[in-house]
Amino acid sequence: MAQGQAAFYRRLKRMYSWYTCGFIIFVLLLALAERIGMSSQWIGYVFMFASIALYAVIGIVSRTADVTEYYVAGRRVPALFNGMATGADWMSAASFIGLAGTLYFGGYQGLAFVLGWTGGYCLVALCLAPYLRKFGEFTIPDFLGARYGGNAARMIGVLAAILASFTYVVAQIYGVGLITSRFVGLEFEVGVFVGLAGILVCSFLGGMRAVTWTQVAQYIILIVAYLLPVVILSTKVTGVPVPQAVYGTVLQKLTETEQTLFASPREREVNALYKARADDFEDKINGLPASLDIERTKVTARLDALKAANAPAKEIAAAEKALKNIPRNEIDARKKWGEARTLAAGKAQPPLAHSVAHAGKDAAESDRKRLNFIALVLCLMIGTASLPHILVRYYTTPSVREARESVFWSLFFIFLLYCTAPAYAVFAKYEVYTNLVGSTISTLPGWVASWGKVGLVKIDDINHDGILQLAELTLNTDVIVLATPEIAGLPYVISGLVAAGGLAAALSTADGLLLTIASAMSHDVYYKVIDPDASSQRRLVISKALLLVVALVAAYTASRKPDHILFMVGLAFSIAASAFFPALVCGVFWKRANKAGAVAGMLAGLGMCLYYASITHPFFGGDIHNAWFGIEPISSGFFGIPFGFVVLVVVSLLTPAPDRTIIGLIDHVRYPKLGGSVHAVESGSRTDR
Amino acid sequence: MQLNERHREYWRRNLRMISILLTIWLLVTFVPIYFAPELNEVSFFGWPLAFYMAAQGSLIVFLLLVGYYARAMNRLDREYGVQEDI
Repeated sequence: MAQGQAAFYRRLKRMYSWYTCGFIIFVLLLALAERIGMSSQWIGYVFMFASIALYAVIGIVSRTADVTEYYVAGRRVPALFNGMATGADWMSAASFIGLAGTLYFGGYQGLAFVLGWTGGYCLVALCLAPYLRKFGEFTIPDFLGARYGGNAARMIGVLAAILASFTYVVAQIYGVGLITSRFVGLEFEVGVFVGLAGILVCSFLGGMRAVTWTQVAQYIILIVAYLLPVVILSTKVTGVPVPQAVYGTVLQKLTETEQTLFASPREREVNALYKARADDFEDKINGLPASLDIERTKVTARLDALKAANAPAKEIAAAEKALKNIPRNEIDARKKWGEARTLAAGKAQPPLAHSVAHAGKDAAESDRKRLNFIALVLCLMIGTASLPHILVRYYTTPSVREARESVFWSLFFIFLLYCTAPAYAVFAKYEVYTNLVGSTISTLPGWVASWGKVGLVKIDDINHDGILQLAELTLNTDVIVLATPEIAGLPYVISGLVAAGGLAAALSTADGLLLTIASAMSHDVYYKVIDPDASSQRRLVISKALLLVVALVAAYTASRKPDHILFMVGLAFSIAASAFFPALVCGVFWKRANKAGAVAGMLAGLGMCLYYASITHPFFGGDIHNAWFGIEPISSGFFGIPFGFVVLVVVSLLTPAPDRTIIGLIDHVRYPKLGGSVHAVESGSRTDR
Repeated sequence: MQLNERHREYWRRNLRMISILLTIWLLVTFVPIYFAPELNEVSFFGWPLAFYMAAQGSLIVFLLLVGYYARAMNRLDREYGVQEDI
């Protein structure tokens, strides 16, 4: 067995080394083809279809009809490779495309995500992974079901797993749609279903086994794609190809640039103009409903005047567009004008300096920001340690020892991306502040126009001086990573590579999540509750059918472009943390925790989390004024987690202690090996001394 | 099966190690956040210190913690004879 595993490990290392070389040669060949004159459209096509074809091949080669292979990849994934697979599983479209942009705009405040999404792995390593591996079943609800005897805890676990994973998977498929529509020019809805195909080819035939080996392949693509552009940009700006090590000096220069830029008279002038615009919208909103009629008359009069004066067609067209954009009714006006006011008000003063922490108008506001930062970091960390699609990866290693090592490798591979994201943000910001701002608008580089076409870059010369001021530029968060290759002046093949990386990030996460949802329904609900006598063949058929259904529902939801998807993803961390964390940790570390306590604790945590989100977030009809201590709804786990813990402890103490079989199970998971002759061990260790 | 004194000692040592490492984890994460405005006055190779900790420093400590725990526990398993037979 040990020898077989060692040979398997060697073979894997050899295969993936060849794969990496092949991938690099493929990119070089495409670069050459671009030199010869391959169009950027075709580069996009080749990247997308070649990578999906590759995942399909791995998926088909890894097809399986064995239950252990299907649910946990046969439990023989070596620590290093499980680390890579976890990395790809973990890093989603949001991490790959969105994080650097969030850091660009949020500066220090955005680092809560970097901290939260890495620090959680300490909890995984110390409190969960080794024990779950020793338990060694198929899903996370499995553990809850066994530890807290009976189906109640299992079913709540299934509910929470689906609640947390489904919105998350919708967001991934949405990300695939965006990437394919931007880079390949497919319709968004078509892109969504291409992405769906890409996901199903991996997971449908081979379950966890196929997903694992494609995730390793996807990790290699995504990390190369993420690092390469910023390494080249760093070499250009500082002469050192290690952006993570040198962006401190660039940040220093950026801070100096910020000071002079924010204080410059032109920038001040633009800020004042935006202030006036915001006040104007404020007046209009206060003057509703009369102001809507006044506005309509004014715009119509201008259009008539232009037409009468025989003005150029362009001006007339602009006035017609303005007339068409006038809100239809009072509700619409409140919404549209409110958004416009917020946008203008945001530009009425210079943005925060990049590295400033917890800045506020007064001490109370900065205290609130500090508390929110802490709450968000906590929720993200504990949520990381509770998301079922991550925890289930530690079922797949060959041993407890490798499960522990595998968390280290997971964190290492995730660290590579997360410590690069802040560098991305600083380099991109420095380029924009020094090279873009202050140049004439008619001579801006090509990427501004090309990303402007898809609405990710907007320029509004509010003071009509023909020169770009910082406040006149509006960037979408996604554009930072997507446009960095062009900002650095790199050939299109690198942009194609970045798109392939984003695709890999989205597909790999979607695979893991889909499998988690399908397993929860097929294994925990169907096999464990409805039909415990089902044959393994039947279980797999059910599992695959459910996978297909869930995937189709998720793709359909994504194709409807739900507005609040990002908020829902953020909430997934709080949901998972509040529902799972207390029950999982107490399940291992507190023998007195019993069924009643766990069920009550999970329901209480989940309920509190959802209740808090519902009273504070407008999506559920809540309002941030209802917040307790000013905590944002994304961190609703800040109340859900402790409440879940307290209820679990109190209810457990009020009800009888768990029986001997349960105590036996706890001892079983606590020790990598129990049983055999303890005396022999003791005398053995004595001779050692 | 019945646990003996050595088993219990193994678990106590494990718990002690977990508490120490989790304390370091808490301090390294939240002290720099709490005192961020003050720490940002200090420059660390060009970075303001609190910014550096949140962007990179704390992350490196996390890696060290996880790596140390894996090594230490794998050693402890062997010392107490509870390692898996592979």
